[in-house]
Amino acid sequence: MKTLNQASKLKKEVLIRLVQAFLTDNFEQKINDIPFDMRPKGSEIPFRCCIYKEREIIRERVIAGLGFEVGQDDEKTLLSEYAKKTIERENFKPSTMMTVLDTACTACSHSKIVVTELCKGCIAKACQSACKFNAIQIIDKKTVIDNSKCKKCKMCISACPYNAIAKISAPCEDVCPVDAIGKDEKGITKINFDKCILCGKCIASCPFAAVHERSQIIDILKEIKNKKKVIAMVAPAIVGQFPGTFFQLKSAIKQIGFYDVVEVAQGADVTIQNEAKEFEHKMNSGQPFMTSSCCAGYLRLVENTLPDLKPFVSDTKTPLYYTAEIVKEKYPDCVAVFISPCISKKYESCKNDKVNYALNFEELGAIFVAKQIDVLNCQPDTDNNENITPHARKFPIAGGVFKAVSNSVKNIEAKPVIINNLDKKNIALLSSFAKNKKCPTGNLVEVMCCQGGCINGNATISTTNSAIKKIEELVSKDESENS
Amino acid sequence: MKKVITVKICLGTTCFVMGAAKLQEKLKSVLEKYGDSVDVKPVNCLNICANTDTQYAKAPYVMVDNDIISEATVEKIINKIEKGY
Ligand code: FES
Repeated sequence: MKTLNQASKLKKEVLIRLVQAFLTDNFEQKINDIPFDMRPKGSEIPFRCCIYKEREIIRERVIAGLGFEVGQDDEKTLLSEYAKKTIERENFKPSTMMTVLDTACTACSHSKIVVTELCKGCIAKACQSACKFNAIQIIDKKTVIDNSKCKKCKMCISACPYNAIAKISAPCEDVCPVDAIGKDEKGITKINFDKCILCGKCIASCPFAAVHERSQIIDILKEIKNKKKVIAMVAPAIVGQFPGTFFQLKSAIKQIGFYDVVEVAQGADVTIQNEAKEFEHKMNSGQPFMTSSCCAGYLRLVENTLPDLKPFVSDTKTPLYYTAEIVKEKYPDCVAVFISPCISKKYESCKNDKVNYALNFEELGAIFVAKQIDVLNCQPDTDNNENITPHARKFPIAGGVFKAVSNSVKNIEAKPVIINNLDKKNIALLSSFAKNKKCPTGNLVEVMCCQGGCINGNATISTTNSAIKKIEELVSKDESENS
Repeated sequence: MKKVITVKICLGTTCFVMGAAKLQEKLKSVLEKYGDSVDVKPVNCLNICANTDTQYAKAPYVMVDNDIISEATVEKIINKIEKGY
């Protein structure tokens, strides 16, 4: 996902500091120091009006990093108190996945089209004729926009010869595909979690990095420190997200203290078989089309906004679901941690009793940095190779789910419809499938929330191109070994 | 013969996580215009990131010939290259 470099770096730095503080024997004191260590007395003030605001925002980032809801912070509770609560709590799962940092949010105003004072009140009135929604009136010779009618199509902006009309934006609101973002009285962004599908676009797009995930990173490290059997279940999208080979990465993860590393691609192989059977069965019994069910963001969309699509969604469980079953069977007393490319899968982890925690790729990266583990220096770990099929490895690439499932379908023809990127346009398309109870272009619909698939989830580190390359490399390595 | 400038982009884990992963791809396409006169090499950890507890914050690191660029961006690297000419 396209992120704003500097903004995402700042978040990572806070996470690294947080982990470093936890690794000392004086977590509570060290955590209080983070805002001051990052902005010491007399230091330059890179982003905000003054050093105090900078520190307060860093403080809020730490609160989110500990998993708390920043909106409930009273500003006087010390970070050490939050740290203490984090250490004391057990089995923490956040009630909402994200939190907006009140202080960091600059209260960008609602997205809207405005007429600036450059408007000359000309005779041509190109803006008015360009508007298809009748939203433009001329009052006192000047253009006035009726916001209740305006659809923000920007036709008037391109029509005006004086460049007098402009769009003001709230980037989070602009990217949200389901209109889940609103503003409170002070203009601070509020996320409506009844609508939110957890696509992560607002997290990636905020130029002030004001939308944070509520992290479980310390909870996980705490379990490791307490000598629990902590198992990392890595999403297939992890291949290519770190330097070195996948087998070096496995051993790097074990160096953190994870007891075992299990590939969720294993569960993907179960999903593929079940979904193929289900598809055949459903097509034979006359259902017009079926959609995939592995993307948690898409499932949220169906649940929240497109309930009519529900009957067409596959009942097959996700790769993570099957993997967690396998893991809990093998290690009944373990703490199972999903290593995730995105926030919607973190949500799925929260809802699944067999998954104890989730950690995203960036958070995993922060632990590597804090512990100074360089994947490139790790010995490859080729333990329990689970005979993963190439199809399961390519599951996280857009088109991969369709290819995998259709390849296992024997007796009927699967015609692809690939929807990746749940933007407004694609949501409208899905909604038309639901309304008409048919899909005119195919019968097996793969839906992924992120453009390009899970390899472009909101917490990914590499570009999709290099991720695809690494996945292909791993597949051909598997193949040459098996032949 | 024209002098060849070497651009070493660090792909150690710290730099990779802190932005080199995405920088590397951009850099390849942007530096194409220099042809053979600029040689881009991915390298392992340059050992700058772990010098102190907080050096990682200035990652990713890139070396243009013998100069270290911290918090490397395409712009910073191009500036360095152009000045060297
Ligand atoms: S990872 Fe780049 S200097 Fe160490």
